[in-house]
Amino acid sequence: MLFKISLRNVSRSLKDYAIYFFTLVIGVSIFYVFNAISTQTAMLQLDDSSYEIVGLLKNSLSATSVFVAIILALLVVYASRFLMKRRHKEFAVYQTLGMSKGSISVMLLFETVIIGLASLVVGLLLGTALSQVMSAVVANLFEADMTSYKFMFSSESATKTILYFVLMYLAVVVFNNLSIGRMKLIDLIQSGRKTERITNRNVVLCVITFVAAMIALIYAYHCVGWDYNSLDEKKLVLCIALGSVSTFLIFWSVSGVALRLMRLMKKRFYHSINAFTFRQVSSVINTMVFSMTIICLMLFITICTIASAFSIRNSMNANIQELCPADVEIANGLSSESDIESVQDYKNIRAIYEDAGYDITEGMKDYVELNTYEDADLTIGKSLEPFLEQIQETNPYLDYNASETIVTLSEYNRLMELYGRKPLELNQGEYIMICNFANMKDLRNAVLKVGNDITVFGHVLSPKYTECQDGFIEISNSHINSGFYVVPDEVVSNQIPNNSYFIGNYAETSTDGRKQIEDQEYQIFGEVFDYESTQNDGYLMKIDTKEAILSDAIGLGAVIAFLGLYIGFVFLISCGAILSLKCLSESVDGSERYTILRKIGVDERVISKSLLMQTGIFFFAPLALAIVHSFVGLRFAKFVLITFGTEQVMKSIGIASIILFVIYGGYFMITYANSKRIISD
Amino acid sequence: MELLKVDQIEKYYGNKSSLTKAIDDISFSVNQGEFVAIMGASGSGKTTLLNCISTIDHVTSGHIYLEGNDITKLKGKALNRFRREKLGFIFQDFNLLDTLTAYENISLALSIQGVHQSEIDQRIRKVAEQLGITEVLKKYPYQMSGGQKQRVASARAIITNPKLILADEPTGALDSKSSRMLLERFSYLNQEYKATIMMVTHDSFSASYASRVIFIRDGKIYHELVRGEDGRKEFFSKIIDVMTLLGGDVSDAV
Repeated sequence: MLFKISLRNVSRSLKDYAIYFFTLVIGVSIFYVFNAISTQTAMLQLDDSSYEIVGLLKNSLSATSVFVAIILALLVVYASRFLMKRRHKEFAVYQTLGMSKGSISVMLLFETVIIGLASLVVGLLLGTALSQVMSAVVANLFEADMTSYKFMFSSESATKTILYFVLMYLAVVVFNNLSIGRMKLIDLIQSGRKTERITNRNVVLCVITFVAAMIALIYAYHCVGWDYNSLDEKKLVLCIALGSVSTFLIFWSVSGVALRLMRLMKKRFYHSINAFTFRQVSSVINTMVFSMTIICLMLFITICTIASAFSIRNSMNANIQELCPADVEIANGLSSESDIESVQDYKNIRAIYEDAGYDITEGMKDYVELNTYEDADLTIGKSLEPFLEQIQETNPYLDYNASETIVTLSEYNRLMELYGRKPLELNQGEYIMICNFANMKDLRNAVLKVGNDITVFGHVLSPKYTECQDGFIEISNSHINSGFYVVPDEVVSNQIPNNSYFIGNYAETSTDGRKQIEDQEYQIFGEVFDYESTQNDGYLMKIDTKEAILSDAIGLGAVIAFLGLYIGFVFLISCGAILSLKCLSESVDGSERYTILRKIGVDERVISKSLLMQTGIFFFAPLALAIVHSFVGLRFAKFVLITFGTEQVMKSIGIASIILFVIYGGYFMITYANSKRIISD
Repeated sequence: MELLKVDQIEKYYGNKSSLTKAIDDISFSVNQGEFVAIMGASGSGKTTLLNCISTIDHVTSGHIYLEGNDITKLKGKALNRFRREKLGFIFQDFNLLDTLTAYENISLALSIQGVHQSEIDQRIRKVAEQLGITEVLKKYPYQMSGGQKQRVASARAIITNPKLILADEPTGALDSKSSRMLLERFSYLNQEYKATIMMVTHDSFSASYASRVIFIRDGKIYHELVRGEDGRKEFFSKIIDVMTLLGGDVSDAV
């Protein structure tokens, strides 16, 4: 019997449940798709380095899933409580007919089970379909072979999805029971009858609040988006808090003042049913200030996450063109324990290879050898001496006792020739600082501007330029050269090098040939490494190749993009669902008003227009502020993520806006269509 | 001059197996400047009649003419237009928008007709004075008494200078003092501004303010009283007499 009532309730209140159901289905399918990625990729033919990245992807996705599950759980509980509230009258009828609270709980349990089962089945079906598309995307990103791929279903991910969602539904049941226990019949009966109370806020207070909030926001914007160099952790937290609070206060004060401003524009206000529309909007916004704030901030995070994730991915690929101009780099260095003085017979990397019985230049079209030196007295602290105290305050984590790296001009220029970059020129008694890591560059530039002289192996040198020059020694995928000195050759004569590099290009040009030589290089390196470790010289060795850096970068970029999309999607559907539910319930509560409008002869078209405007304002007011936030947020993200390179921000913002437009816009359309149906009933 | 002509209208509810005749062949006409009350017990069909005249409901057969135009033929936009330009409504439960002030509620009737804002203001001031609600213009419905609300609703109904004001149990939710005040306003509007009013009520006291009363029973016109030169009190007792018959087993009495 109870089950029958539940079934009928669900089908009857489909109108109310539609958004709830839609949200659950999207939630389930997104959860499935992202958790299925690891199983899906097992099917693909991946090379070793990609395989490692997929492992990283799998781990980070499952960690993120816990966070996502919490967000979804909050959303589901919120939505179901919301639907409960809508049905207070119905519960009152049940109770006056003598149904016990226990029976109502059981009935609600059935309803949750019905909705839960249906959403899981539909969501998993949709998810399975979507994950096939996702596989193609993954294969594309990792440049994997798709020929052996066939349709698949990840039972691992499905089990996980079901488990997480069953837990969420249990939470819903618990909350429903709690709220039923607290219900009083008299409140239930009277719940529909309260008349609208209009809260009139003090205009002066609103204006003062608005101005204060704007000032606070602009200050936070300035700190985060422009003055980021003087930003420390404490200040950042302060800015985030300021931003959130002022977002709330702006909504609060604007909703209080907007109506009065509108009423001042008499012509506009008393035109058609504008008076009604504005009143409607302001009364809803008044009750929604807090939700609007949350939605605005969530949208802000979504935009920033998706856009940053994509721009990291895109720029990583772009950076490699610039920062990987050679095929292979092999290097050795003295480990920190070994004392330079005690090294009697310094061997560079080529000599180490020779000792082990290999010719390092074999298979190379061209190559450069380069040594770097260190002067124990020339530390980073010494380099930054003029401003050391200030810098130490804002950058407490920098190792100020580490020695600076020193390179001779002729060797550096030879490398630049190999890299196809412009050579440097240097006079006696001068030095040049080379650096491309943005944060360090700013610190170093400040010092160079005042012309800081340094002492290198007893020679006093002064800077040739007042700022750092762009460049690097080691090939990499990002701007991470934190700085080294280029000095005239004679300064370091007779010094023992600290590191030696061998950097070259393969003679092979065909893809297969290059792959072969690449494998060979790694194999030889392994053997030399093993041989060297028996010699007890205390050398550290490393090898880097363009291929390896490339596949790392692609993989890392893909992981970041996936995580960004995952979190972004979930936040977006949460925002959409909350707004939708609010709007729909407003429509149900206000449907009487539309009947009145019809009775006094307002055209249906005018009513629809008013509804569209109301729905539009609810959806786009938080979005508008979120976009402004994001503008600043992305400036900051660009600064934080500068090591990854964020040159392609515009393209990423494009992708983010398309995703936003489709999902958020979808919710907007569904909400409008549903509201329209509700008010015409 | 004849303003409204109701010509043999019928309204059926239900299906063929169980048919309810809410209105069973009613015909009458209302002249310009008349104040007509329609009386009858619950379920007599008086509200259905009003709904048919106000085009909220459709007749099953017959015609209703306003200024010679058949309004049963109107559809869609023309219908809305007719409703907002020719008719003024006053409902038992006021039907004021709770989010709007009294002033804004009244203004809505004009603004949907595209009347200019400066004229709206002028006309609201005038009608508010006529109905004695100037003090409450800035208030919201929840801040007003029932009588004030109904007078605001009346102001909204008459401000467009409608051809016909239709009132459905306007005193139904009011206390006796407020009722009297409202009805006196109706008489005033009727006499001073020649407003044509048609009011549905089951309350004899309210009906006694009208110039003519039409009694309806089981969907048919049962009787009609014209006030003529009578005072309101005399007219009231005449109405009571008819109501007594109407309330008892009338078929025996007649």
